[in-house]
Amino acid sequence: MSPDFIIAALMTVVGLTTPILLAGLGELVVEKAGVLNLGVEGMMLMGAISGFAVTVFTFNPWLGVLGAAAGGAASSMLFAVLVLQLNSNQVATGLALSIFGTGLSSLIGVSFTGRIVIPFTSVFPDALAKHPLFEVIFGYSPIVYFALFMVPAVGWFLKSTRAGLILRAVGENDHSAHSIGYSVIGVRYAAIAFGGAMAGIGGAYFSMVITPMWAEKMTAGRGWIALALVVFAGWRSGRLLVSAYFFGILMALELYAKASGFSVVPSQFWAAMPYLMTVVALTFISARGNAGSNAPACLGKPFLPSN
Amino acid sequence: MTTLNRRSLMKGVGAAATLSMIASTARAEDKVKIGFIFLGPIGDYGWTWAHNKGREAIDAALGDKVETIYVENVMEDASAVPVIRDLAQQGCKLIFTTSYGYMDQTLEVAKEFPDVKFEHCTGFKRADNVSTYNSKFHEGRAVLGTIAGKMSKSGTLGYLGSYKVPEVVLGVNSFCLSAQRMNPGATVKLVLIDSWFDPPKEAAATETLINLGCDIVTTHTDSPGPLQILEQKGLHGFGQGADMSSFAPNAHLTAIEDIWGPYYVARAQAIVDGTWASTDTWDGMKEGTVVISPYSAAVPADVAAEADKVQAGYKDGSFDIFTGPIYDQDGTLRVKEGEVMSLADLAVIDWFVKGVESAS
Repeated sequence: MSPDFIIAALMTVVGLTTPILLAGLGELVVEKAGVLNLGVEGMMLMGAISGFAVTVFTFNPWLGVLGAAAGGAASSMLFAVLVLQLNSNQVATGLALSIFGTGLSSLIGVSFTGRIVIPFTSVFPDALAKHPLFEVIFGYSPIVYFALFMVPAVGWFLKSTRAGLILRAVGENDHSAHSIGYSVIGVRYAAIAFGGAMAGIGGAYFSMVITPMWAEKMTAGRGWIALALVVFAGWRSGRLLVSAYFFGILMALELYAKASGFSVVPSQFWAAMPYLMTVVALTFISARGNAGSNAPACLGKPFLPSN
Repeated sequence: MTTLNRRSLMKGVGAAATLSMIASTARAEDKVKIGFIFLGPIGDYGWTWAHNKGREAIDAALGDKVETIYVENVMEDASAVPVIRDLAQQGCKLIFTTSYGYMDQTLEVAKEFPDVKFEHCTGFKRADNVSTYNSKFHEGRAVLGTIAGKMSKSGTLGYLGSYKVPEVVLGVNSFCLSAQRMNPGATVKLVLIDSWFDPPKEAAATETLINLGCDIVTTHTDSPGPLQILEQKGLHGFGQGADMSSFAPNAHLTAIEDIWGPYYVARAQAIVDGTWASTDTWDGMKEGTVVISPYSAAVPADVAAEADKVQAGYKDGSFDIFTGPIYDQDGTLRVKEGEVMSLADLAVIDWFVKGVESAS
């Protein structure tokens, strides 16, 4: 195996990993605040079409990414109003958001089908970004570096800041947080918006970087993988990075195994691996009992201050 | 409490989602209803897009007599049954199920509705009220394989497919045999991604094939994603189902276009006239069902000449890529010298020819 070969393979892994890492990080913060938003797939698609549309009109991919974040966050607000204001069931509402986001993005996307956008130019000079060896570090779209930056940023926020502590308190014990004067609903709104924005940027990675085009349902289920990722990572941002790359490597391995004619195990086995691994991880987390689980105690429960 | 009623709001969200999935065009009680089941979104710019063009051809030709309805994104599993049944219950007299994976589901619903006629695309099971129709895509693949075989510098070609179904196996074999006619040492690396439409996976698979030495990659999945990867890498590929040159002006050499309109209009006319009968139709380049897009400027004249010869041969019936001797992957002689594979054999083919490197 030549260095070129390994570099090209690694770059494919980065491309497969970045969107699920972004969406997973967003969902991690949402779940840490005690809200389960299953609408990641819908928010990713809304981000994908918003980012694409803004780039088509402004010719500026940076504005496109902002548009993607806004599109994802806006669609998440629909979910937020339903679950926070009306206390609707989070699982059902999240599923509805996924279906709604898929449908609405398709509707908006009708007039954008068949168009392409100019992809991001490298943030680094071509001497580095197009260098046969260094491109493995410097040759990506800015979204990749943003995702990598957000991993320690989210970890630091949750662990070391006052706001992060409040967010975790809201997710662990909403009534206690409420009783000492924190706005449970307000914190959850902010968390859901952040999750939507991150999912939106993750979606835009598909429509603006990998394949700079719009196609209905182009995320093809990556939102669900991002959800599995959060559980697999045990709600820890560092572990989320490792897990996302582990999933990315599995996805690339499937393709390399197939293209190389490697048929010791059926190819469907590779495709099922991310989900199988999530089941295995869940089993371990459950077996270790509550002490080992980092799952927020109020996850998925509506907050009813009057009770 | 709140003025917004939670339950009614949820209903609204659900209804909006359902509406987006079922779209119907013209409405009139006396018109004959014709239904379509689509695999992907009509905006895929590939397989489903082409079928939808065919549906629009019915509207254009017979819009005063018929009304067409379609359902997009129907999975190829048991969940297709209620969707097909629903179209029949809505009063459709003719239902097109436009993918191989709807075969048994179509027959199941056809039994329940003996008065409704069904048309199943690319399958091989028929009944008194179930026709099958297909297109000889492999004739188009022979043209692409000829171009790829002659243009490739590495002699290693990539083939990105969906599932191991006869249509794909025929495409792979036709592409590989045609490339070997131009370059006897040509090999085809095959990746089947277990999906017809998954742009990120199609893109990653294309990167993988390129990394393994393929300098031309052809796709048998439905999105233009792979072409965009080839464009970024400065390599070449082909459009699938429709001309995709707008997505990758430099990478796009030509495309296989699926033209379903004439067949759909004829079958709709037969329903209107009451002359519909169960048939098996397998048209190709000769009938105009398979059309090759104009070659791009990147195709040299001598390559274009070879490709034109293949096209002409199919149009006048003098050429068939499935002419022996043909060896399979294990080196076993499958078709003897001078023999031509029959349509019946082609329809159920499940083995790859020598030179195809695959995991299954």
